[in-house]
Amino acid sequence: MFAIKRKTKGEAIFDIINNFGMLCICFLTLYPIWYVLVNAFNNGNDAMLGGIYWWPRMFTLENFKAVFASPGIMQAMWITVAKTAIGTVAHVLFTAMVAYAYSRKGLIGGKFYILLGTITMIFSGGLIPGFLLIRNLHMLDNFLVYIIPFMFSFFDLIIFMTFFREIPEGLEEAARIDGANDWSIFLRVVLPVSMPVIATIALFHGVFQWNDYFTGMIYINNENLQPIQTYLFRVVAQSSSNQMMVAVQGSAINRTVTSQSIKLATMVVTTLPIVFVYPFLQRYFVKGMMIGSIKG
Amino acid sequence: MLPMNVKSSSRRSLWRRFIAQRHLQVMALLGVAWMIIFNYIPMYGIIIAFKEFNIVKAISEAPWVGLTHFKEFLQDDNLPNVIRNTLGISLIKLCIGFPLPIIFALFLNEVRSVRYKKAIQTISYLPHFLSWVVLGGILATWLADVGIINHILQALHLIDEPISYLAEPKYFWTIIISSDIWKELGWSAIIYLAAISGVSPDMYEAATIDGAGRFQKMWYVTLPAIKSTISILFILAVSGVLSSNFDQILVLRNSLNDSASNVIDYYVYQTGILSGRFSYSAAVGLIKSVITLILLLIANKVSQKINDTSLF
Repeated sequence: MFAIKRKTKGEAIFDIINNFGMLCICFLTLYPIWYVLVNAFNNGNDAMLGGIYWWPRMFTLENFKAVFASPGIMQAMWITVAKTAIGTVAHVLFTAMVAYAYSRKGLIGGKFYILLGTITMIFSGGLIPGFLLIRNLHMLDNFLVYIIPFMFSFFDLIIFMTFFREIPEGLEEAARIDGANDWSIFLRVVLPVSMPVIATIALFHGVFQWNDYFTGMIYINNENLQPIQTYLFRVVAQSSSNQMMVAVQGSAINRTVTSQSIKLATMVVTTLPIVFVYPFLQRYFVKGMMIGSIKG
Repeated sequence: MLPMNVKSSSRRSLWRRFIAQRHLQVMALLGVAWMIIFNYIPMYGIIIAFKEFNIVKAISEAPWVGLTHFKEFLQDDNLPNVIRNTLGISLIKLCIGFPLPIIFALFLNEVRSVRYKKAIQTISYLPHFLSWVVLGGILATWLADVGIINHILQALHLIDEPISYLAEPKYFWTIIISSDIWKELGWSAIIYLAAISGVSPDMYEAATIDGAGRFQKMWYVTLPAIKSTISILFILAVSGVLSSNFDQILVLRNSLNDSASNVIDYYVYQTGILSGRFSYSAAVGLIKSVITLILLLIANKVSQKINDTSLF
């Protein structure tokens, strides 16, 4: 009946204005990032004069060379890569394991375990008791502080649990007949069919690990253990730009490089991995957000 | 005799069932152990708020001091400032930052081309993946004396001298709130878009036949359809009112803008971690937790009354 869709005049105007508005939002979102990018690729002294908006005025790779030549920055980068990789694997495996157990019907104490978890979502000890605990566990200045306290999250457990309950029971039965126990069912049956939810949680936690500077700031004094975000925090927020220059001084210092231009280049290097990864995982996380939102 | 037999045999069968599911129980109890260590021991640790805790001694050895630390906070000169900043920033965020993603999702949903829509989405949630540290760097670059903001304003002759925005308390709230919206607008909209995509096309067709325009369809079809999602997220937002994004504040604050940037989370961090006044700081943190809990319960109740949606 309504096979021919014709736009009224009002509709056409609406579409034009709406699309234009969306374009503006995209521009406002991307331009600040672009501005940093072009300045990072510009000669540092020249950039200090300002006025670089669209393209580098004096294009150079020196800033990035200085970043990659600086032992301090590279060490921080490796710590970040290590804590993100190990932390994410530990978080996903451990949380999924507990969620698998909680999701099984007839688990003795199951209701009680879930009640224990729900309380933790509503109430927590707060910063100071948490700090004292980490201190008593001798995890200050210890790489493990990035991993163990973040291995588990009850919120993520709910997302896993919702997903696991949807897995057909026949799959598990078949494995049990073949002589598999709960561990091998979890590792070899449940995990492989749960890739969408694993990808979602891994992305969320990976981004958290990559971007977290607070843990490195309060629990780590040893500079060799600080992640890149903490390193950046110390030079960006506390504007101790000298620290940046000192960090680069191991390498042959180039006059075109300033502490500001290295800061920009470090920001770009820090952000690139995430920007590359997330479009690939994008189709998973919308689904994951929905699963999570059902139970709040 | 009979009941006892039943009891003991049921206990035995319970034990047998427990043994049968021992692998699952190990997995479950590892999770419980983690929660006891990392969630429940810190909850117990709250009692230092009522004690004079000393870092070299154990919590149990510290002397009780009752409500001393709470009274001290109520008389603290920082209190009015901390409360004003915490509530001010959060309430403005709630009033502006909460509805904007809904409006964005409604309008994005009206974009006809699927590919164009996908592209806008992908771009709009990119900033969510940047860390506040990097964002702090971007903002510092933008707001610097030779930064783009000063350049534009000077070119337009709106200002004569470059302004150091991050050094002036009066600009701090604006910077915090707008950068937060910039970062999270697209990301927060995902959940609403997902909810909108679940609305049956029949509803829109019916509305079209009834002669509804685009705005009317948004208002009378889409918005009611995502009402429960909005309620849930609103409850969560209200309960977060006292946590005005610590990461962000920490990155953007400095001693010059302290009068506008000292919020309760920062105050706890400063007095506790930096100055080592653990008991006092834990007391302030506890006040915050309790108020947050009360807000959560109130918001939950109100939402239950108004439109039958609640968290628990």
